[in-house]
Amino acid sequence: MRRDIFQAIADPTRRAIIALIALQAMTPNAIAENFNTTRQAVSKHLRILTECELVKQESQGREIYYSLEIEKMKEIDKWLEQYRKIWETRFSQLDKLLATNKKQKK
Amino acid sequence: MTNDLLFDFTVDKSTKTVLIKREFEAELSLVWDAFTKSELIDQWIAPKPMIAKTKYQDFRVGGKRFYAMISPEGQERWALQEYTSITPKTNFKMYNAFADKDENAELPGSEWDHTFSEENGKTIVSISIYNESLERLERILDGFTKGMKMSLDNLQNLLANLSHK
Repeated sequence: MRRDIFQAIADPTRRAIIALIALQAMTPNAIAENFNTTRQAVSKHLRILTECELVKQESQGREIYYSLEIEKMKEIDKWLEQYRKIWETRFSQLDKLLATNKKQKK
Repeated sequence: MTNDLLFDFTVDKSTKTVLIKREFEAELSLVWDAFTKSELIDQWIAPKPMIAKTKYQDFRVGGKRFYAMISPEGQERWALQEYTSITPKTNFKMYNAFADKDENAELPGSEWDHTFSEENGKTIVSISIYNESLERLERILDGFTKGMKMSLDNLQNLLANLSHK
């Protein structure tokens, strides 16, 4: 199943995991130590993040390390750029409205 | 329309806040009205081809505005705003949440803070929007892009039909 990146960041625990592993690659156990949830719950979040391709796994010896896919995070910026465009459109509509109302006042 | 007016748009992901600053070529009282009177808000707030329709507005602290963004296909997305603070012609704050057509708000919403200032006949508006949930932001955008895409698809179909004749 192809997951949506926004599903990944919709959950507060997943956002916290992203913030953690943005600093350094970590094992699931090390990540779980930072939360008051079960190791299973953290594993489930990591699985979702992996399915969203927001994190990648690397094996080092017997341990698996999770780290952040920076490129994927940039998708979020692209999406915010669209939000910015909505505001641009809005404001240019407001410019026109203000110009019209100014004339009416005079 | 000249496009050299100041426009800042920044997103602070750590504080989940969108900051928008825009300059307008008009005196403050006009801009204030455009942001606070529903008959004016409805004329600019919906990016075309969406339209905005306010069902009612009571602009006072504790008062509300209940409105819909309507897609070209007539799909209505209702939202409820509650004014939490008003300093006339200087600042107003509100809480904005999606709602169903019966005014039941879907929480969490977002906190909006608007500040107005005038300089040399131009008005600067600073808006900060705090979103408890980033997912909510996504839904706002989703609604808009769907609305726009649908009307573009319609246009494309229309053009295709016309060129076949």
